[in-house]
Amino acid sequence: MDLSAIDPVVLIASLMVAATPILLAAIGELVVEKSGVLNLGVEGMMITGAICGFAIAVETGSPTFGFLAAMVGGAALSLIFGVLTQVLMSNQVATGLALTLFGLGLSALIGQGYVGLKPPATGQLDLGPLSDIPVLGRILFSHDLVVYVSLALIVGVWAGLKYTRAGLILRAVGENHEAAHALGYKVVRIRLMAIAFGGACAGLGGAYLSLIRVPQWTEGMTAGAGWIALAIVVFASWKPVRVLLGAYLFGGVTVLQLNLQAAGLAVPVEVLSMSPYLITILVLVIMSADRGRAALSAPASLGKSFHASS
Amino acid sequence: MIRLEKRPSPSRLWTVATPVLAVALTMIAGGLLFAALGKDPVAAIRTIFWDPLFNEQFAAYSRPQLLVKAGPLILIAIGLSLGFRAGIWNIGAEGQYIIGALSGAGVGLAFYPMEAWFIFPLMVLAGGLGGWAWAMIPAILKTRFRTNEILVSLLLVYVAEQILASMSLGLMRNPEGGGFPGSRNLQQYPSAANTELFAGTGVHWGVVAGFVAVILAYVLLNRHMLGFQIRLAGQSPRAARFAGVNPNALVVFCLGVSGALAGMAGLFEVSGPAGQVSIDFNQGYGFTAIIVAFLGRLHPVGILLAGLLMALTYIGGELAQFMLGVPAAAIQAFQGMLLFFLLGVDVLSNYRVRLGKREVA
Amino acid sequence: MKLNALLAGAALALGLAGAAAAQDKTKVGFVFVGPIGDGGWTYEHNQARLAVEEKFGDAVETVYQESVPEGADAERVLTQMALSGADLIFTTSFGYMDPTINVAQKFPDVKFEHATGYKRADNVGTYSARFYEGRAVQGHIAGRMTKSNVVGYIASFPIPEVIRGINSAYIHAKAANPDVQFKVIWAYTWFDPAKEADAATALIQQGADVILQHTDSTAPQAAAEKAGGIITFGQASDMAEYAPMPRVSSIIDNWAPYYINRVQAVMDGTWESDDTWDGIGAGMVKIGEISNAVPEDVKAEALALKEAIASGAHHPFTGPLNKQDGSVWLAEGEVADDGTLAGMNFYVEGLTGDIPQ
Repeated sequence: MDLSAIDPVVLIASLMVAATPILLAAIGELVVEKSGVLNLGVEGMMITGAICGFAIAVETGSPTFGFLAAMVGGAALSLIFGVLTQVLMSNQVATGLALTLFGLGLSALIGQGYVGLKPPATGQLDLGPLSDIPVLGRILFSHDLVVYVSLALIVGVWAGLKYTRAGLILRAVGENHEAAHALGYKVVRIRLMAIAFGGACAGLGGAYLSLIRVPQWTEGMTAGAGWIALAIVVFASWKPVRVLLGAYLFGGVTVLQLNLQAAGLAVPVEVLSMSPYLITILVLVIMSADRGRAALSAPASLGKSFHASS
Repeated sequence: MIRLEKRPSPSRLWTVATPVLAVALTMIAGGLLFAALGKDPVAAIRTIFWDPLFNEQFAAYSRPQLLVKAGPLILIAIGLSLGFRAGIWNIGAEGQYIIGALSGAGVGLAFYPMEAWFIFPLMVLAGGLGGWAWAMIPAILKTRFRTNEILVSLLLVYVAEQILASMSLGLMRNPEGGGFPGSRNLQQYPSAANTELFAGTGVHWGVVAGFVAVILAYVLLNRHMLGFQIRLAGQSPRAARFAGVNPNALVVFCLGVSGALAGMAGLFEVSGPAGQVSIDFNQGYGFTAIIVAFLGRLHPVGILLAGLLMALTYIGGELAQFMLGVPAAAIQAFQGMLLFFLLGVDVLSNYRVRLGKREVA
Repeated sequence: MKLNALLAGAALALGLAGAAAAQDKTKVGFVFVGPIGDGGWTYEHNQARLAVEEKFGDAVETVYQESVPEGADAERVLTQMALSGADLIFTTSFGYMDPTINVAQKFPDVKFEHATGYKRADNVGTYSARFYEGRAVQGHIAGRMTKSNVVGYIASFPIPEVIRGINSAYIHAKAANPDVQFKVIWAYTWFDPAKEADAATALIQQGADVILQHTDSTAPQAAAEKAGGIITFGQASDMAEYAPMPRVSSIIDNWAPYYINRVQAVMDGTWESDDTWDGIGAGMVKIGEISNAVPEDVKAEALALKEAIASGAHHPFTGPLNKQDGSVWLAEGEVADDGTLAGMNFYVEGLTGDIPQ
């Protein structure tokens, strides 16, 4: 075994790439859940984003258009969920699962002609001398644009929820929709916007997989990333910065366990393979054990249907 | 202006009529989908909904197969529905299903090649216990450390999948299997086989267990104090606490029951239709059962019907695939649509559609 | 049993009803474990199905079902396919073994072909490909091309098929370059492109400059391209979109000749159950074009090795070979028997690490 072969700097840089799809989907879902809506269809929206982005990038030759199309595709799909749960007040858990089923099927149908193609390459962002800084340069300044977008989204959502009026309204709707309604806020409209935002983020995360990380189109290629994103939101106790922590923790353990295998660590492979899940659970247990109940609780109206009765 | 007005109580007529309406709408939308794919829409719809039940070539075989396919879904969904009613979110039935199958199969394989009447009952017990134990992890973490059960139960699915792979490749691998992964076939070990109960149907103990669970859940929810507590906890946690409901006990009970039922479903499947422990033994029943539970409105009889409907679309979908060349993906999208319509039109049973301006309250 | 009688009756009725129509059309069914759009294993089986259609035109009707889970669902799908009047059914994954045998018992007049299994019956034949022959060629190129002497190998699950591939590649890499060292990562999944990308990156970070993969996605190719100066090989399909670098060659699953052959046999009434295990010689395993990133002399050696394997002059597992623990497996000049190869669960001497059990 040769653990010195594992370079922590390279490890951190690659875990950031590994975690980006989950991070994007999770921060979107966080906004949705903050508005009081539980959308379990993240996997379906991600894979729809993956194929929309892939198809448009291949057709136009531009990854940028691809990413935009992925966001539009993810948002459009999420609005099916939005209309069903917000206007027709269907059950959110079941509708979300149905959305995953539908998204997996739809994406495979769209993708029939795109198997075995290579998408146009997305360039690294050229940050000039910054990327030559030792250690930090490799970790912070050597990525593609989407990695920075994901980080900016975390900051944006955090600041938006905490300091802006829109954020306050969103949280109010999520905590107590009756009261928010009584104050004159359009609960359904706000929630629909949040759902669309979540869909766009999930779509972007999916396209990051199909255009940069893999890059290829294959049916079912998200392979459960959407479910991990959902878990990360819960892990984060609905706090944006903790989403970053959760996604990087999960991505980090995933990358690390593969590196440990390559280095020949004498731990059974199956134990290494389950380590990302076990460590995520363990960290959450530790965090939830020493915090007050209030700090951990989900938005009070999460998953409940709203109907303006007055 | 169209608006919705809440009915004082759900409409009986619409409660019955909405599923029919939803299926009709799905036929139209699905027909359009199939037509867009260049398939005959009428033939496709007929193949999915009609052929499994009445086609002379297949029906004799596929009709009882509906029960076989629906059995595990119903069994798991019944367990989940108790927790969902009480606001306890077990998303990890898939993992409990796997661990149940492994525990039960493990007991059976340990006795191999001994023949005795008690082996199969012991396996069922072990399967239930295995699922129960796996569900106790999120239950204990929730009651002790207030750790969110959604996350723990969901992530434990992936852990269970790794254990399954490891077992198929190592401990439970068939020593006479030429080095290939997968356990001995329990169907070929009479004392451990979950045998066909009615010749020619494929119906096994798991289907019976599904029906028994429906009845027991019905009795529990309607006739028993615990059922009342479950419903109360879901509707109003505060009121439940005043009524003396112990929330921790409820968490342990609901997660335990759903885990045990999922585990048993896994055991019935591994010792029956599937036959052996293999890397890909699980196929998403635990997740589909969540849909079944809500589609059945968390009501035992509703779950029974929802499970049968899902099974119909699976088997009909299979027929449509190889009879008409419809891609599997189109069937998946079609199932998604059916669910959308079923969930969407449900609004009609709880709300009245009104035209015109809103009256001044 | 009553079911058997019932099904046999149904099959008989079908056979009579279908006799007139079936006179000119042979119905061939395919059961696939993944979606036909997986770009790998199932994709190649489906290509072969299309080749059957093209070859026989109106004389055959092919039906298929994709993403059929192994186990309970497989048995139902097979039964329904047999009930629908199929004459020949290809079941294309190892996990369909017991379901195939069970259903075949109920439909003695339907022929079954099961891929990669070992259980046969009067109406069930088995077939598989000697992919390890292709791995030998890859191993040789890998050994000659590596500068760091570290070859990375992305494996799925520790099943005999995968272990055989690792051993074959290692033996030939070692023969070409005595200093070569293999690093194996077990992904413990059949399909997760993102994880494959991570595994490739981890191997590259730890000094591997050649990546072999026993997983079907192009994710490792892309990771290698990004890292630069790394070579890879296409798996299952050619992956030519990554040629000439990083992809320098590939192993292609080519089932078409076999499928056409067996369909023809059913049409002629000459079909018999047998056990086929074909390799490069019969064309079941194809070596994708060796790109110009490989020097001419290495390319010539690789092609010579391929020819030697195809003609039978060279068996990839020829002694002297020891097992990992140093015990003798094959004496000088001795060739591995198919039984041992089929169930291979050990590394050859020189490989490090343990096979997960």
